Amino acid sequence: MQRYSVFSLLGNALTGNRNWERAWRDPDPKPEYDVIVIGGGGHGLSTAYYLAKEHGVRKVALLEKGYLGGGNVGRNTTIVRSNYMIPGNTEFYELSLKLWEELSRDLNYNVMFSQRGQVSLATSPAQMEAYSRRGNVMRMNGIDAELLDREQLMKLLPYLDYSPSARYRLHGGMIQQRAGTARHDAVAWGYARGASNRGVDLIQQCEVLGFLREGDRIVGVETTKGPIRAKKVAMAVAGSTTTLAEKAGLELPIESHLLQAFVTEPLKPMIHHVISFATAHFYISQSDKGGLVLGGDLDGYNSYAQRGNLPVVDEVLTIAKALIPSLSRLRVLRHWAGVMDMSMDGSPIIDISPIPGLYINCGWCYGGFKATPASGFTFAHTIARDEPHPCNAKLRLDRFRRGYQIDERGAGPVPGWH
Amino acid sequence: MLRINCPHCGERDHSEFAYGGDATIKYPSLDNADQEAWFRAVFIRKNPRGKHSELWQHVGGCREWLVVERDTLTHEIFSVTSARVLAEGGQ
Repeated sequence: MQRYSVFSLLGNALTGNRNWERAWRDPDPKPEYDVIVIGGGGHGLSTAYYLAKEHGVRKVALLEKGYLGGGNVGRNTTIVRSNYMIPGNTEFYELSLKLWEELSRDLNYNVMFSQRGQVSLATSPAQMEAYSRRGNVMRMNGIDAELLDREQLMKLLPYLDYSPSARYRLHGGMIQQRAGTARHDAVAWGYARGASNRGVDLIQQCEVLGFLREGDRIVGVETTKGPIRAKKVAMAVAGSTTTLAEKAGLELPIESHLLQAFVTEPLKPMIHHVISFATAHFYISQSDKGGLVLGGDLDGYNSYAQRGNLPVVDEVLTIAKALIPSLSRLRVLRHWAGVMDMSMDGSPIIDISPIPGLYINCGWCYGGFKATPASGFTFAHTIARDEPHPCNAKLRLDRFRRGYQIDERGAGPVPGWH
Repeated sequence: MLRINCPHCGERDHSEFAYGGDATIKYPSLDNADQEAWFRAVFIRKNPRGKHSELWQHVGGCREWLVVERDTLTHEIFSVTSARVLAEGGQ
């Protein structure tokens, strides 16, 4: 494996960049593996990587029906944070943030992790109280959080509308300084390269059509490249969770919804933080290329269409303009939609499934990107050891049946409200 | 924009309606103590990639609850019926 360093950069620059190695191998599938991971997105790739790195599982295949990183890992707004309050989520997302902080070094791949700080805006005294409670819970768990009053907010984010006629009266907010953004494609490619270098077979253009069984047990998959056997089969397939799980005979507490995001034409540096606005469900940050990246609510009804609908475009851009009036003449370059697994309590599921041999990772709602490292880390642990890691011990499937939902937003069993 | 043909008000933009989710869920009766039945009614959803039977309420119009049959992939709408009429066994 060719390591990336200042010397490899110089050496390749001096030879006209003709000698770079491929980032990952492109093998044909073998007839049998220890573990098959279905899904070549962020979570599948990180799972395969940590299976090989942390647990020494030698024969791992990752199957992707399209191309690596072609799903939701390329369709998000790249925000990374760990400002969660409910037990189960708190330790999980903080593990993730700690892995993010070391990720570029660990992968020898620059994922452009930028801890620019994430500000949650409050529009009422009640919301300020809620943020002070949340911040206190975070700090008691060793996670950083600071409260901002209105004056501090005006100094930090001077471009928001603080005028007497402002649509939203801003009372203050909460900032997590260690939060930020990362380059989503680099995350997928870095994990792919790291996994491939540790012996994982990354097999693209290989769709899983069904499961191979012996009695109750799943012992492999039927694919467009033929049957492949495995001791364990793990799924991390986001928008295809329900349809694939059905083929295994598994019903899940999930609905598929669309989440849209938008990018504007590039600007000089203007928005230095990630800004979240829970009052109207809106978030915005500026990419390293200068485009403003923004998004809002779900489209609101079940959909697998991967393209959004106009009412949400109208709503998100209206909120953007109300909060930051100077954006009013900015053009949107493109917008897209990803199919979200909306779970019935708004929190993810990483678990051993009730079907022997099958492991599930799904239900990421809005939060999949920031979870990428911890999702792979804890899922790999669950697969290799046949028991959950302490950080996903509460993210189990049977929590719905037992009445231990992790309902961060307190919205009840209505996926579209989370 | 989806266009939903309300049986009372005619064809309107879906932004006039509120989404109510899976219309096939039958809640157990309140005196039913079967945990499994309640678990399934509260948490398990059909979520098909294709034809889906779902509830919409025309909040910006007649306020009637409707059962809409819609394709979740193409957004084609096959039928719109009053939920009350369906519940009473009519068509």
